[in-house]
Amino acid sequence: MKIVVLVKEVPDTYGDRKLSLETGLADRDASEIVIDEICERALELALAYADANQGTDVVVLSLAPDGATATIRKGLAMGAGSAIHICDEALRGADLGLTAETLAAAIRRAGFDLVVAGNASTDGSGGMMPAMVAELLDVPLVSGLSSVEINEGGVSGTRVVESGVQQVSASLPAVISITEALPGPRFPNFKGIMAAKKKPLETLNLADLGVTADDPDTARSIMLAVAEKPPRAAGVKIVDEGDAGEKLANFLIENRLA
Amino acid sequence: MTEFPQNAILVVVEARASGELEQAAAGLFGAAAGAGTPVALVLAAPGAGKAAAAEAASLGAVRVLIAETPDPAVLGVPGVDALASAAEQVQPDAILLSHSLDGRDLAGRYAARTRTAVCVDAVGVSRDEEGVVANHSVYGGAYNVTSTATFGPPVITIRQGAVEARAEAQPETSETLSVTPSGKPAARIDSFDEETAVATRPELRGAAKVVAGGRGLASKEQFALVEQLADTLGAAVGASRAAVDAGYIPHAHQVGQTGVSVSSQLYIALGISGAIQHRAGMQTAKTIVAVNKDADAPIFEIADFGVVGDVFKVVPQLISALEARKK
Ligand SMILES: Cc1cc2nc3c(=O)[nH]c(=O)nc-3n(C[C@H](O)[C@H](O)[C@H](O)COP(=O)(O)OP(=O)(O)OC[C@H]3O[C@@H](n4cnc5c(N)ncnc54)[C@H](O)[C@@H]3O)c2cc1C
Repeated sequence: MKIVVLVKEVPDTYGDRKLSLETGLADRDASEIVIDEICERALELALAYADANQGTDVVVLSLAPDGATATIRKGLAMGAGSAIHICDEALRGADLGLTAETLAAAIRRAGFDLVVAGNASTDGSGGMMPAMVAELLDVPLVSGLSSVEINEGGVSGTRVVESGVQQVSASLPAVISITEALPGPRFPNFKGIMAAKKKPLETLNLADLGVTADDPDTARSIMLAVAEKPPRAAGVKIVDEGDAGEKLANFLIENRLA
Repeated sequence: MTEFPQNAILVVVEARASGELEQAAAGLFGAAAGAGTPVALVLAAPGAGKAAAAEAASLGAVRVLIAETPDPAVLGVPGVDALASAAEQVQPDAILLSHSLDGRDLAGRYAARTRTAVCVDAVGVSRDEEGVVANHSVYGGAYNVTSTATFGPPVITIRQGAVEARAEAQPETSETLSVTPSGKPAARIDSFDEETAVATRPELRGAAKVVAGGRGLASKEQFALVEQLADTLGAAVGASRAAVDAGYIPHAHQVGQTGVSVSSQLYIALGISGAIQHRAGMQTAKTIVAVNKDADAPIFEIADFGVVGDVFKVVPQLISALEARKK
């Protein structure tokens, strides 16, 4: 079984994330760049399956600027067998459509039985990449899984939607996305970190994949304007001296909130 | 068949198994009416289309196209096929869907299939000289961004509960859409448990008041205090991720970056430290109140009224003070 895990680099949510007011792009120097937590969970799912099933091939795939090698190596150190890094200046500011086309081309080239992704990234919060990739690869999509069962021929699990809970399944090859209900990642150990240095890491550009960034026949989404909102200021702060509940009640009533 | 309006905005709404439209529908039609003429595509189970169409008209659709799924157990693909047919007929200026799990899947698959541009997680739509544009609030509400498509109608998903505008009810004009199935491979829904519990509290998304609890509540039993205050105020119940992870309350109540974003009139944070990922989902609330033992908790940096104190002392007193005023 060959499992491709989509891994995205994002600005660390623990820091102050900045957008460039000139280009509208993420300011990569303003914050720490990390693997998105949800992608680490996706990788953990694939690795847990590989642990239990010999002969499973786990490939980490990332479309990211050239500085991303460290995060990709982290995926290898956790236990993935190989990695693909798609890196091309023409992908700077790529919209969802171009990103999906590029990822799908790389997945098709690598070959796959299962593609695992997170349900939504913490920066773009688009949550659409798995669907777009599934459509382009012409395989079933099972999105937003909060529990997953993988076997030789298929994948199944629990999917929470607005109106209730579904049990869903699909035959392989397929694309799935998972939620943060799935277990967090393992830490790479020393052995893993050393082994990662010897594992294959392939770097591809758009020409390798036969993708054109500026195809005039394909509509792209563009940013027209970006503005920063002023941060919120603190108001009154009191220390409870036995009557804070009363005071809070007064505050709510005076402001017509109760 | 009559022509579709020149400035049509195609609003795609799903009917639940019970026949009613998804919760986000009213906001979608409200948003569409502000940027053009709402035309609905209603996706429904066999036999449920007509009732759903009537509801769509009451929410503002001037025309309704009904697509009843031949096999409701097939996940996603029939909706994409229906959307492709509807868009071809209507030739809309934009396509609006809810940014729900199913809405995102539908939007993403349709956009990839037709090479249409997507604008995701919008909090509103408007129109400039060149067409429909989407407004977004990104990085936890720190930035406002406007986006659109280079050409063609943008596919826009709208954050649930973000649009307050509502469209005027229209007389029902509906017709059945003929759809050519693509036969694309799809997953199957093997079973479904519809959430039938009668909601006694307001939904978190779009609620005017929210009372949220964090790890500071310390146990599932004690989390009931959050629910008590919510009921006293007629508020929805929210939670931090730590409270969800600890099993005090289901994930659907999580507020924050990877949970629900709320912009309520009132947000009360009880025993929540105010981690940056939590603030990302609630800092656009009009009035923020926080109760926390730790005077240095980051939640106080954004609270309009902060109480440094123990929730188990402050909140019961607050509840009885509020109940006393009611009498
Ligand atoms: C990628 C990512 C995404 C995330 N997404 C989210 C998200 O969507 N939503 C979210 O909430 N978090 C999210 N988090 C987690 C976030 O970083 C915090 O861990 C979480 O918000 C902490 O929850 P908390 O405030 O309840 O718990 P804690 O940080 O443990 O705070 C508990 C607070 O309770 C106070 N307290 C304890 N006892 C009492 C008492 N008796 N009376 C009064 N106060 C008391 C303490 O002083 C403390 O401040 C995310 C993290 C990551 C990495």
